Amino acid sequence: MTKFTRKDLLGIRELSVEEINTILDTAHSFKEVSARSIKKVPTLRGKTVINFFFEASTRTRTSFEIAGKRLSADTINISASTSSVTKGETLIDTARNLEAMAPDVIVIRHSSPGVPHQLARLIDSSVVNAGDGAHEHPSQALLDAYTIRERKGRIAGLQIAIIGDITHSRVARSNVHLLTKLGAHVRVAGPRTLLPPRFAEIVEDGEGSLTVCAKVEDAILDADVVMMLRIQHERMSAAYFPSLKEYSIRYGLTLERFALASQEAIVMHPGPVNRGVEISSDVVDNARSLILDQVTNGVAVRMAILFLLMQSRGLGEG
Amino acid sequence: MEFKLKAQVMDAAGISRTLSRLALQIVERNAGTSDLLLIGIRRRGVPLAERLADTIAQLEGQRPPTGQLDITLYRDDLSTVGPRPVINKTEIPGDVTDRAIVLVDDVLYTGRTIRAALDELVDFGRPRRVELAVLIDRGHRELPIQADYVGKHLQTSDAEIVKVMLTDYDEDEQVVIVEKE
Repeated sequence: MTKFTRKDLLGIRELSVEEINTILDTAHSFKEVSARSIKKVPTLRGKTVINFFFEASTRTRTSFEIAGKRLSADTINISASTSSVTKGETLIDTARNLEAMAPDVIVIRHSSPGVPHQLARLIDSSVVNAGDGAHEHPSQALLDAYTIRERKGRIAGLQIAIIGDITHSRVARSNVHLLTKLGAHVRVAGPRTLLPPRFAEIVEDGEGSLTVCAKVEDAILDADVVMMLRIQHERMSAAYFPSLKEYSIRYGLTLERFALASQEAIVMHPGPVNRGVEISSDVVDNARSLILDQVTNGVAVRMAILFLLMQSRGLGEG
Repeated sequence: MEFKLKAQVMDAAGISRTLSRLALQIVERNAGTSDLLLIGIRRRGVPLAERLADTIAQLEGQRPPTGQLDITLYRDDLSTVGPRPVINKTEIPGDVTDRAIVLVDDVLYTGRTIRAALDELVDFGRPRRVELAVLIDRGHRELPIQADYVGKHLQTSDAEIVKVMLTDYDEDEQVVIVEKE
């Protein structure tokens, strides 16, 4: 029995453990579809998915597009540079115009937090948040959790280090919510200037815990999973650290630092990777690096998201 | 939901004897087991396919490979089915192209499940032949689909439900006709 009756997927924070597990279990079934010679099932035939991206994206947009296509939905991509937003149309008017064309799902990425939520209130289509500012990126956290579960067999009880620019990272926020709900012990570390004050307070419920570490080494020590974050130049309005070189020396994941983690520890990164900045090349290409598994699993997780949203709307309608 | 038992159609021994006969018919018509591939339709078709393969192994000395189909993604009624089933994996060993495939299910009713299974199967390749084996054919077809191997034909009304219970999933092993209270 699946328990997913939401119209939209806007964030991890409001999801229950049961809803999260439903998405992960459904993704597990969808992974097999991508291994077939004909990588397509007719499930969402005649449904329309619009990918509406106001920020640059290759991985997430392509992943949602492939996910939709493998379910036989029609997928359309709109990016801000090609949309009427550049001609001065407001977001709300753009959204209403899109809605007038009766899409079933709108996948949206925007630099301002809350935009997907506002859109979801305004329109009847299902809305999927593909990243809103530094707020949430639920599909990334779900594919990260899927990848950890696939390799480690569980999430509960694991020690998971998240290292880097926490302040600007929606991936970190969504992951902290998800992993602590599922019972992991998360430790975050990074430059003090890139750790938001009172960050430990974002965890509200769940079996797990969140610790803010002063030093990167403290977070990595004996960790089962080391998740590195990209330095997000585009969101940085000021100088948060002296130079990339210094960042790399003090906070980058080198083989030496990685050796502090548990012997079977895995490395993850949401991409795109800045080799030699937050993570060294030999760690990226290490056998215990799951960076490309994350991308593969992203398609299965997004298929599950589209499928469950459409199923809760009633596939036969409209 | 409460059910009223109307009749027992088969007991455990009856199911076992019927599967033995179906296994014999399958190897007879396929002249052995080469190219043969048994594919069970989730859920109760899966243990039935495994049992048929076991019986065929005893008869022929060679066990045909088995696979399983989950047809959820190919259904035509996803919006109307009540409690939503968890989707399971489809697992088909090797290539289906040029194989002689026997689809196995517990009850043949409207034929819509078999339609979905055929659609899914051909997405994996082009089998030489596809046949259908069912434990029970209860009539009331809504599509032009017939079984090649039938354990038992039952005359039923639409209000009745044919329940196949197998120890793999259920407490009992029998086939019964029940009706909603």
